[in-house]
Amino acid sequence: MTIEKKVSKTSIETETGVSRRGFVKGAAAVTGAAIGSGAITGFPTIWAQNIKNVTLRQFGTGVSNINAVADKVKEDLGFTLQMTALDSDAVAQRAVTQPNSFDIADIEYWICKKVFPAGTMQPMDTTKLKNYQYISKLFIDGKLTPDSEIAQGTAPHTVGFVEGADSVEFASAPTQWMTLIPTIYNADTLGIRPDLIDREITSWADLLDPAFKGKASILNIPSIGIMDAAMVCEAMGEVTYGDKGNMTQEEIDKTIAVMIDAKKAGQFRAFWKSFDESVNLMASGEVVIQSMWSPAVAAVRSKGIACKYQPLKEGYRAWGGGIGLAKHLSGLELEAAYEYIDWYLSGWVGAYLNRQGYYSAAPETAKKFMSEDEWGFWMEGKAAEGDILSPDGKVMEKAGAVRDGGSYEERMGSVACWNSVMDENKHMVRKWNEFIAA
Amino acid sequence: MASDTSKRSSYFLISPMALIFAVFLVIPLLTIVVVSFWDYDEYRILPDFIFENYEYLLGSSVTWSIYLNTLKYAVLTWFFTLVIGFTVAYFLAFHVRSLTWQIVFFMLCTIPFWTSNIIRMISWIPFLGRNGLLNSALINLGIVDQPLEFLLFSDFAVVLADVHLYALFMVVPIFNSMMRIDRSLVEAARDAGASGFETLKSVIVPLSKPGIAIGSIFVITVVMGDFITVRLMSGGQSASVGLQISNEIGLLQYPAAAASAVVLLITVLLIVTALLRLVDIRKEL
Repeated sequence: MTIEKKVSKTSIETETGVSRRGFVKGAAAVTGAAIGSGAITGFPTIWAQNIKNVTLRQFGTGVSNINAVADKVKEDLGFTLQMTALDSDAVAQRAVTQPNSFDIADIEYWICKKVFPAGTMQPMDTTKLKNYQYISKLFIDGKLTPDSEIAQGTAPHTVGFVEGADSVEFASAPTQWMTLIPTIYNADTLGIRPDLIDREITSWADLLDPAFKGKASILNIPSIGIMDAAMVCEAMGEVTYGDKGNMTQEEIDKTIAVMIDAKKAGQFRAFWKSFDESVNLMASGEVVIQSMWSPAVAAVRSKGIACKYQPLKEGYRAWGGGIGLAKHLSGLELEAAYEYIDWYLSGWVGAYLNRQGYYSAAPETAKKFMSEDEWGFWMEGKAAEGDILSPDGKVMEKAGAVRDGGSYEERMGSVACWNSVMDENKHMVRKWNEFIAA
Repeated sequence: MASDTSKRSSYFLISPMALIFAVFLVIPLLTIVVVSFWDYDEYRILPDFIFENYEYLLGSSVTWSIYLNTLKYAVLTWFFTLVIGFTVAYFLAFHVRSLTWQIVFFMLCTIPFWTSNIIRMISWIPFLGRNGLLNSALINLGIVDQPLEFLLFSDFAVVLADVHLYALFMVVPIFNSMMRIDRSLVEAARDAGASGFETLKSVIVPLSKPGIAIGSIFVITVVMGDFITVRLMSGGQSASVGLQISNEIGLLQYPAAAASAVVLLITVLLIVTALLRLVDIRKEL
């Protein structure tokens, strides 16, 4: 197995980033190259044949369970990737309670904080990942640029590493053992219907503005909803927080009290739990201002309805997800999983995600798979020169459009808080249920 | 000796049923009861024996308001399904004379139930929405000048969807009971000078009681445990006991969910017992 591994690594070391496809598809050529580099005396062709029989089962939230990725894996790496999309709660539940039902878990960092200590996953050896070096510093030490401030909440780097191969203790500094390889992340804010709102929206506090009575919505996933609520309460000046990502009971109680008052006053039209619900609420005009996810905004716009992902002065609430390995993986399947994860960082998926309005964890590699105009629009905040297409070829933005919120640095640089799970989680959930039941 | 053998053979004969009940009902229920006394944190359940889950559940004002809300949905749905179910069953049983047409109409009633109940529920949303079909029609006809907001994401919407979903559960057993009523009793009542209403009150309703009771049990137990209708039709703004349990399961709080489930089970059993006190279904069948 060690020999085989060496081969796979050798094959990647060519600069194109797509040579793996060559490795699996035309094993002979790669073998030749590998022999040339003196790395091999084994029979990699046998492995290349075997890996085609491998099926990896991945489950995660809908955002990154993209069939196009599974198709591309089949094409580039040769093995089969089965994807199952679930909501955040179900993902956490399944990762803990059915450890043998998946090979690759695609989970968010705040879920990771809950799930990883349960011992159903294994950390990854970063030395086996060629593209580890390209991962954004945000996920290594929490700083996008050397002088950026670390946001509140479950910042990915705080749960990104464990002490050792068998450890479930999160490490305080980067180690060789990574819990999740970051895949996808974004900065969330409020979505609005500019055609139905006739004033500037500048603050999270606008969500509870009585002018939008009966036309506002907030997402009903407690651990995320509470953060949006906290952003609102802080912006209104109603509550001050030590750390919004880890509130005290008193802070939670105050936040929920503000939300209950607003609910009783009829501020909210509905609460949403899934991506589709948020799109429908906005597109149908039931709601004009709500917590929203970036592709949901794009989905509303693609119906020809005006929708803006409004940057706010208090900053964004960010989230990030990654893929990790199930504890039970070993042998050939484990090798295939490493192959897949390294491939994930090699750029094609990154470009795909960037085109959807998310961010790739390894921007440098993604850049190679994007046109200059695409890169300028999505990552640099420049006006589009031509029409901007979604990954499946639909026009998302017309020429001249500028991304809401601007460039990667502007957006990811103004993160106020990361999605998180709090020490007072039980209390928070109970209070959140009171809010829903109120 | 002979009676011993027959005793043994009857034990033997009931054993498959007993086994199925034990494996699929008794053991899972016992597990739920046991787990309801366990402790939990964010990602684990910890075997223990604590009353905290029940203490919080029974001591919290949220629980009471959720139960009140769920009961409200149950009672309203029960009332409307009963009125609709009884009327439809009465029409089918007494006004439609030929068996063929009875079957045809009965099939018509069941057609909507060939689709998933989620779809039947969701199709109300574009109809009742702020810019939905109904509101646009009302505005175009000049009946209202502002869209009616209470139509969707409200208690009204929840009860409407529940009634739509479960009316058939009333129709079927009541229809069944009515078909067993000896027609000569109705004729006798008429001959004795009873008006249509008196016949209904003194003959048909009492004789339909088993059907009404069975239908009521169906509707009430389903609505008491429902969570998806409440979530979708109230836009997530109202809570029901089922929704609370589903949220707790989603958050991996199995012991809390188990405690809620036990309390819900006891509540529903009490309601069913009360209904069975009113009507002796066994005798009437």
